[in-house]
Amino acid sequence: MKWRQVAAVLLLALCGAAMLPLQGRLASAAQAAHFRKTSLDIGLRERIGQAGFLAALSGFRSPLAAILWIEAHSAWENTEWGRMAGLFDTVTTLQPRSLTYWDMASWHMAWNASIAALQNEKQPSEALRIKAQREYIHLGRDFLERGIKNNPDRYQLYLQLAVLLRDKLEDHCAASESFAKAASFPDAPSYAARFAGYELAKCPGRERDAYEKLRALWVQGEKQRLPSLINLLRDMEIRLDIPADERIDSTPAFRQN
Amino acid sequence: MRLAVVVWAIGRNTLTDLVRQKVFYFLLIFALLVIGNSAFIAKLSFQEQFQMLKDISLGAMSVFSSLLAILATANFLPKDMEDRTIYTILAKPVPRHCYLLGKLCGILALLAIAILLMSGLFLGVLWLGESTALAETRAQFASASPEDLALAIKEVTASTFNANLLPGILIIFIKAALLASLTLFISTFATSSIFTILMAVALYFIGHLQATAREYWLSGVDVDWWSRLLTAIVALLFPDLQAFNLTDDIIAGTAISLKLFLGTAALGGIYIAVYFALSAFVFSGREL
Repeated sequence: MKWRQVAAVLLLALCGAAMLPLQGRLASAAQAAHFRKTSLDIGLRERIGQAGFLAALSGFRSPLAAILWIEAHSAWENTEWGRMAGLFDTVTTLQPRSLTYWDMASWHMAWNASIAALQNEKQPSEALRIKAQREYIHLGRDFLERGIKNNPDRYQLYLQLAVLLRDKLEDHCAASESFAKAASFPDAPSYAARFAGYELAKCPGRERDAYEKLRALWVQGEKQRLPSLINLLRDMEIRLDIPADERIDSTPAFRQN
Repeated sequence: MRLAVVVWAIGRNTLTDLVRQKVFYFLLIFALLVIGNSAFIAKLSFQEQFQMLKDISLGAMSVFSSLLAILATANFLPKDMEDRTIYTILAKPVPRHCYLLGKLCGILALLAIAILLMSGLFLGVLWLGESTALAETRAQFASASPEDLALAIKEVTASTFNANLLPGILIIFIKAALLASLTLFISTFATSSIFTILMAVALYFIGHLQATAREYWLSGVDVDWWSRLLTAIVALLFPDLQAFNLTDDIIAGTAISLKLFLGTAALGGIYIAVYFALSAFVFSGREL
């Protein structure tokens, strides 16, 4: 090796050393901004194989995730629910910041797979069919909860989790909390806060709290005063025995309407 | 000024030469991938369709630009020596570093044109998809309240184009430029283009592990001395290519801050400058 080549390698090492602080700072800034959060560990290596792992390591996580998603779609067409769950797990590990993947994976598990399990003609025991149904619903919930852990800065998955808790598990207290969490984001749709109140009204022991929250929404103005909100408030005023002069019908704002 | 004219002339000739080699034919494969992908995934929901389109298109853009950077750069020095054009150029008052800079500029221009064309095609297909999805949404929500319609439209537009895709595409270009510069450095001491290509591809993969090696080395984990030495060598001698893999998360909707983008671009710029300076240093003493 000629002296110039040796000197070039040494200079390269010197430049590499000088660049270490910048590389470290950039890596920290990227992590703080939710970039490069995928953990490419041995578990993922086993699931996607050597070639897939090499592709993921080389910066082709998203195309690999897309290909596996299409494979999961084919599995759906063949109603291979177990295989789908495994593929969804891999796709969401590869692309943890994609809301679409978490949301769709949860929907497939909690809605499609759970219904299919309940209607499974090959399983004669109804108890086992119901058990399988619950397991798929919980799998759907698990996808959303893991999705939220990876995307705590976005409201969409909180909304989906709230819908699942409300419609599939009928856990109105938890659904209310999740809707409220979604509503706390500035870009969340206005219905999130209303839905948090509706669910809280169905949470045993929290009716008074729900009434206060729904009334506060009603006070906010026309945008929140939808027939469902007004009807629920009237109903709760009767149930909670709110004095007549404090009810919404007696307020000047209501009379103006 | 005279040197700038020389660099410009060599760069222009390099670009013309590369275009004559019909390298842009790969765009047909890219178009097939983007348009074919859109047709294939038509049965998915529109959020899934747009996610797939962005995943596949930007991934393909990254693959094609990296391949183009390595192959075009690895080929020029052996080819110029074989054709003897390098002797004609260097026999004139053209410094060797100007020759290399001109060649690199020509390759960077080729990469810029290729990425612009791919971006245009990708954004065009994305725009067409968005227009179709918006028209369908408007038809479905014709009798709904304006608030519901606005929400549905927001959902469609949020899953299609977002401004962060543009810095993402620029970072793909910077990464390709870095690879071109790295390949140029290898080619200055390589004896054949096959060796250069193999080395550049190997460095591409090792470069993606540099961040892991660096963290391992700097964390001071108590391991064998040779293991630490190996990670130190990887951390010091190889570029951190993972730093340029931001598009995966940008596609997923993560917003890139100006500070992060400028930091990444600056890192790319430093790498390009360092590899070019070392190429010029080695090439200036090479016997031709």
